[in-house]
Order: sequence, then structure tokens, then C-alpha cells
Amino acid sequence: MRRSGALEILVKPHMLALTILAVLLAGCATTRTDATIAHPGPRLDDRQIVHLLSRMTFGPRPADVARVRAMGVDAYLETQLFPSQLDDTTTERALESLPTLGLPLAVLLHDYPRPDPAVLAKIRNGEVSRREAMAMLPPETRPIRIVTEMQAAKMLRAIESERQLEEVMVDFWFNHFNVFAGKGEVRWYVGTYEREAIRPHALGRFRDLLAATARHPAMLFYLDNWLSAAPDFTIPAGPARGRKSGLNENYARELMELHTLGVDGGYTQQDVTEVARAFTGWTIDRPRVDPQFVFRPRMHDDGEKVVLGHRIPAGGGETDGERVIDILVRHPSTARFIATKLARRFVADDPPPPLVARVASTFTATDGDIRAMLRTIFTSPEFYAAPLRHAKVKTPFELVASAVRALDGHADVRAAQQLARAVGEMGERLYQATSPTGHADRAEAWVSAASLLARMNFALALSAGRYPGLRLGLDKLAPGVDRSTPRQTLDRLLAVILHDDVTPETRAVLTQQVAITDANDTRTGSSADRDRLAALVLGSPEFQRK
Amino acid sequence: MIPRRALLKGGACALVALGSTPRFLVRAAGAATGTGKVLVAVFQRGAVDGLSMVVPYGDPACAAARTSIAIKPPARGDGERAIDLDGFFALHPALAPLAPLWSERTLAVVHACGSPDPTRSHFDAQDYMESGTPGVKSTPDGWLGRSLQARPSGTSPFRAVAIGPALPRALRGAPGGLAMSSIERFDIPGAPDTGARQGFEKLYAASARSDRLPAPTAPDPVRATGKETFDALRMLQAADASRIAPANAATYPSAPFGQAMRQIAQLIRANIGVEIAFAEMDGWDTHVAQGAERGQLAARLGELAAALAAFTHDLGDRMADVVVLTMSEFGRTVAENGNGGTDHGHATAMLVLGGGVRGGQVYGRWPGLGRERLYEGRDLAVTTDFRTLFAEIVTHHLGIRETSRVFPGWPATGPALGVMR
Repeated sequence: MRRSGALEILVKPHMLALTILAVLLAGCATTRTDATIAHPGPRLDDRQIVHLLSRMTFGPRPADVARVRAMGVDAYLETQLFPSQLDDTTTERALESLPTLGLPLAVLLHDYPRPDPAVLAKIRNGEVSRREAMAMLPPETRPIRIVTEMQAAKMLRAIESERQLEEVMVDFWFNHFNVFAGKGEVRWYVGTYEREAIRPHALGRFRDLLAATARHPAMLFYLDNWLSAAPDFTIPAGPARGRKSGLNENYARELMELHTLGVDGGYTQQDVTEVARAFTGWTIDRPRVDPQFVFRPRMHDDGEKVVLGHRIPAGGGETDGERVIDILVRHPSTARFIATKLARRFVADDPPPPLVARVASTFTATDGDIRAMLRTIFTSPEFYAAPLRHAKVKTPFELVASAVRALDGHADVRAAQQLARAVGEMGERLYQATSPTGHADRAEAWVSAASLLARMNFALALSAGRYPGLRLGLDKLAPGVDRSTPRQTLDRLLAVILHDDVTPETRAVLTQQVAITDANDTRTGSSADRDRLAALVLGSPEFQRK
Repeated sequence: MIPRRALLKGGACALVALGSTPRFLVRAAGAATGTGKVLVAVFQRGAVDGLSMVVPYGDPACAAARTSIAIKPPARGDGERAIDLDGFFALHPALAPLAPLWSERTLAVVHACGSPDPTRSHFDAQDYMESGTPGVKSTPDGWLGRSLQARPSGTSPFRAVAIGPALPRALRGAPGGLAMSSIERFDIPGAPDTGARQGFEKLYAASARSDRLPAPTAPDPVRATGKETFDALRMLQAADASRIAPANAATYPSAPFGQAMRQIAQLIRANIGVEIAFAEMDGWDTHVAQGAERGQLAARLGELAAALAAFTHDLGDRMADVVVLTMSEFGRTVAENGNGGTDHGHATAMLVLGGGVRGGQVYGRWPGLGRERLYEGRDLAVTTDFRTLFAEIVTHHLGIRETSRVFPGWPATGPALGVMR
């Protein structure tokens, strides 16, 4: 592994002071050559550990800070980067009660069938909406179950998994390579897409990830590439037999705009058309029975293509698409685009350009090694810079998971499903982002009156114990308000939930609230007051940030 | 006696903060914020095929380029076919609910309208259409937000309201811009007692400027939005907006867009000072199996038309002060693609309806669909910059003379369309 990141910092004069400080703090930086150069190493204070956990995981559990302090930040980072070493059987066991989760595609299509052809015809001519048609099916075998169980599984993993960074990256990459579970066959395909295309490569190599998504039926269907064919291709069999087919640009454009180069990455409409030609014939075999990737030479446009100045000779067949993937992965715009998105996720909505440049050079130097890019970020001085702490507003999914984790909560699948619904009410419908852009990763997408009210309502419901199947550690963490020392409960809550990183204004308002009791409340006074205080802390402006 | 405006500026908020807004004041706030005019912007996300929405059947190249998705030209007495507008253009048959508005001249069409920027990226093109600055990504706010900035200041937290979980780009920068998922859900029903709700309110009112950062440079948007949320909550409850049912037997589609339009009508009829409303609808990105008189696109158009028609029925005479403008980030290829769909194109059609609209006419110069007339050899060319249309509405409907403030860096040359009286 190279030290290019640190060397680059050294040549930037304004970064010099920070770097020297970091190196001094790192002190006896020992065996990890690539990780310990630029960051404060084992000497992170608790506040920095909280910061790291709030970005790298779905929020710290109460015991996490001490745990990371004890094992050392580097060791923690490395175990998270290699999650298979971490035992996660408890999470996996909890997920076993979701029947659709591990099923192969062929079984899902058989056991959770589509509406019958007569109803489908009505959908096609607009007599009934897809939603209405789906509602006619028996509830226990409705295809929508596949999606709701995935939502529950995603929520449960974020809350429970020991492999937090992996879950964060699965969320990140799914969103980067978004497919919409509401579009046609994607509702059946979406589970295996995450399981087989995203998860195995979430901490691996970008090229493998890209290639896996390009070949997965979910992406082929969502962005229509499965239908794209050489001009004037005549469909040889099936219900559309004899119909002409031809080129479809949808995947080609989003592949460059959203998956690799970025919209300003330097491609033209001509490149879009050429890339679309290269991917003709990449399609789905038996899409409604046992969907598999297949290359159909007869659909393929076998002529020469020129993509971003690279000539792809005629006759390449299936390899044309692989050539395009190689060209795109090696393009400097891709390194910059992926670096920017990673830095936006982990550092700030508008991440510091020098950091983005270093992450991009890590991409280039390591051939798109995702672990190496993450190390560059988590060991950078920019990551720990005080002005960027709390700079990110939590997404709804992060808010819900972090609230449950802050209260040391444990969810069963039923609770997880309800929590996922709460995430949807805040504006983030899991697996249901319709556009290929996915969900936004900027504050303005999540800060709105509608979303804030939903967040406050969630905080109230959570602390009042209104999620059956969710066990919170609140009684242990902060016993009920003792009327002789009401401040103690508040202090405990602020320590547990906000790690005492709270504005004087918020503390003052909450202190006033401690005194308020409500005559209407029929429950035993002290824990109701504690629950209300906990809700206020979870719904506070501070807890909306990470 | 206190002058009314002064009372509204200083006093309304104070009263609102006490939680006992008198109804007269709620009504007065609506009346005081400008002229009582309302602009409703409808975004068709995903790029609607303008050539099927408003069919240029008089241009033979249109049907020629489309083997399976061409809309049949109008024929008297045949409701399956396009609805003739002027002998050259026709409405898609699914837009039949809007035909009466055309006849009574409150519906106009602007065709071959779009952005001067060549992008075929949904994201960028939507961003440009909402920022109002094609080609410029750094614009921090939206054209509807700046329109409000240019109007006389009002006190209502509902001056600009979007139905949806997030404030759209177009409304950014609006004083009093607000996103609500629904009127019914705009509340804290989960509070076990009033203490919790007051606690939240105080938390967000505490200081909109403070954060844990050493030197906050700008107001924390989380706190600022929270504070506005509680102002809005009080006003909405004082106006009892959730009790307002559709009037004139208007029936809205149950799908999200129909319900968004229903709620916008509710908010307008609650007289709480709405000046700009925003709703959106997706499902227009028809790369595959677009359909013709029936099918995927027809279903979406049918939903759009039913919702807009219900909205005009519901508001009745109030429509005299309301303009609805539809927009979409770009159009679609003239030629059908290989899968019975259309790919990303350039110009599209936009609908304008309501009071003050010179309806019953299709505006804009038709560039033609002959191969040599197409944009980049494949798409309908833009002959009307979308800003020409938007600026005309901003000027004539919202009364803003300085459109340079709303559309910075745009010279606004060229003749007006004349779509607004």
C-alpha cells in the first residue's frame, strides 16, 4: 500500500501544521504503514471516537466508546474493514424469521406470484393501477412482502450487526447503484441484487462491484438494458415474437453519469450511444421463471465502437461491455467522482477538495480498492477537523438506527419493520427511491418541516415504548426521574445520547422541562417524565446531526 | 388605531406565538401578503414526452417516427383519438378532463419549450429548471424561492408550500418555504401530553443561530426549519385546514399526485397566505412500452388530468386568482426507440391554466420535426426558453417587475409569449 495520501498533504503548505500535529499525536506509529501517518492514532480523545463512530457506524451504542478506546482506533477500523472476522450470528439468527430473505430468485417468483394475466392487461391499458392490482392478491404471498422484509432486514442489520461499516457501505453502494423495487420485476430481483451484487463487494474492488451490478437482472431490468438490441433486431421467440427491437440508451447514460464518470465527467451523447451499442445483448434469461444474466449474440451490435476515444474493434461480442467497464473504471473522472461521493458520505456535504484529491489518488493507485479509500478518509486530518464534526445531518435511516442504538435497543423483525416504516415517513422509503440517482446525501434533502415533525413523532413513539418487539435499555441507562435530584436523569440522558456534546440553549430548555410534570399523565410519574426527556433529547436539533 | 399592515407584521407572530390566532387575523394574513394570487407549480419528474401529451398531428414527421406509440390524430366522435386543439395540435385522449378548460379558454399550451442547456441528465436538467439558471450549478436557491423574495414581505409560514417530504430545489430560498407530507400528518399527535410538544417547540425556538460548532457562520438550518415548523403548525390548527373538504363535488384521484393537489386546494381555501405551491408527479421516464392512446403514459396523463380538473372544480371562482403551471426537465426523442419507448430528448410541452391565462391557444414557434430541423439530429428543438414562460407568469401573475432577480444572468430578450393577460 502506498503512502501517497500523506505525501500529498505535506506538499500543501496550509495543511502542514495539521499534519505535523497529527504525526506528533500519532507518536509511536507502529506497524500499520498506511493508516497511521496522518491521524491522531491511538491518542484519539473520546469526543473524536464518538465522531468516528457516528460516521463509520449507524451510531454508537453506550458501551462502544469505551470498547474502541480500549482496543485502539486502528484495531477497530481494521476489524470493521474485514468484517468476516466478526461474529454476527445473533443478527443472522434474528433474520431467519424473514422467510423471503435467502430464497433464490426462481423460488421467489414461484411462491410470490404476479397478478394473473387478465389483471395485468388491465394495468397495461390503465384500467387499474399497479398498486390496486397488487392489493387484490392474497396478503401472505404478495410480492410486496419481499420488499417489506428487505426493509426490516436492512433496519435490523443497521441496529444489531457487529459489522457496522459493512452495513454502512452496503447502504452507500446500493444507493450509488440504485434500483427501484417498485419497477416491474425489480420487486423480485432486489433482494438477490443486494445479496449477490452489492454486499460481497461493498468493501472490495470498485470494478468488481460495477461489473456485478452491470450483470445483475435487477440492474438490467431497472435501466432497461435487457431489452436493448442492435437496430432492427427481430425478436425470435416468446410473446413479442416477430416484433422489431433496437437500442435503448437508459443504462448507458446512467452508467456514465451516476455509476462512474459523473455528469461532468467528459462524455458526449455519441459516447452514450456507443456504450449502449456495446451493452446490447446483455440481457436476462427467463426473466419470470429463473432469471439469470445471459449474453445473446443475436441481439448484440457487433460493429466497431469508439468510447471516450478508445476503439473497441468489431466482433467483440460479450467482451464489449467488459471493455467499456475497464475504460470507465480507469478514467480519472471515475476516481474523482467516487472519491467525492465517499467523502460526502463520511466527511461533509461539500467535502474538502484536498481530501477528495487524496481519496481519488488512492482509487487510482490501488485500482479502486474500497478499503484503501476508506482508510484514507478515516485517517485524514480533515475527517477529525473540529468544524466538520456535526456537519452532516443524519438521513432518516441513520436517525432511526442511531436512536435505537443510543438507547442500547434491540429489535426483532417485527419492530424492525415498523421502524423502517418510520424511516419512510421521514421521507426515505427504503428500496423505493424511484430515480437512478438514489436518495440524496445532502442536508437540504432531509431538513424540512415534514421530516422534522416525523422525527419528533418518532422520538416520542420510541421512548414511550410504542414499538412492540423493541427492547430498550433506558431503565438501565437512565433510571426514572428522582424528584429529589431531577437533574441527574437529564444528565444521564445527555451523557448517553449526546455524549454531553450539547449547546447551552438545549441544556437550558431541557432543564426547564425536568421540572414540568403533567397532571394528565396516568402512568407512574417518574419513568413517564424520563421517557419524555429522552424523546426531547432524541428529537433535539443536536441529535439530528452526526 | 394601529395600521393593519403594522399589526400584521409585528402582531400576528406574537398572537400566533400565544397559540390563539383569531380567525380574522388568519384571513387577514392571507389577504395582506400581496394580491392573493397563487401560483401552483407541477413538476413532471422523469421527462414527459411532450409529443404525446400535446400531439403535433399536423406535422407528418411525428407519426412517421413512431411506429407503435404514435397517437391517432383527431376524428370527430372518436374518443379514442387525440382531441383537436387548433387543427395542428391535439391533446392526448387521456387529457380529456382538461378539454373543457381549453374550450372556456383557461388552458393554454406552450410547445417546443425547454432549456437552452443541452444536458440529457434528469438530475441536472431538473436542477436547472428548478434553480432557474440553466448551465449554472452553483445557484443556491430556486426560482420560486427568489420570486417570493421579490414580493412584498408577508408573515405567513405558508407563503411557499410543497406537498412532499422535502422542500424542492425550486422553493429554496423562499421566506417561509415549507414542505408537508400531508395536512393530516402535520402535527405531533404522538405527544403524551402538551409538555412534550412545548418542549420541542422551545428546543427549536431556543436559538436558530447556535450550534455546537465553535463559530457558526450561518443559521443552523435544522433549528431554523424547526422554528418555522411550529409557527406553521399553530397557524394550520387555528385555520382548521384539515376540516376543509373538496367543494363542488370535486373528486381527486387517490394516488399521491391527486392527493397533493387536493391538499393544495385545502390550503388555498384555508386562506393562510399561500402564494406558491408545489407538487410533483413521477413515472414519465418511458424508455420501454410507453403506449399510445392507452398504456403506461396514458395512465399517467389520465391521472394528471383528473387531478388538475378536480383542482379547478374544487377551487371554483377562486381559480380566478390561481395559475397552475406544469413543467418537465426535458422532452423525449422524436423517434421511438427499440423497445416501444422513447429516450431522453430536448424540448417538451408545458400547460398553463387558471385565471389570467389567455387560454385556448398553443404558444411558441413550432420548429418542425423534419430531420434537418431536429436538435442534434434527434430531438424536438427548443424555441421557447422555459424562462420566457416562467418570467411571464412571475410578472403578470405574481406582479414581479424585476424578473432579473428571479432569473439572474438571463437577458430576457425576445418577444413575450402573451400567454398571460
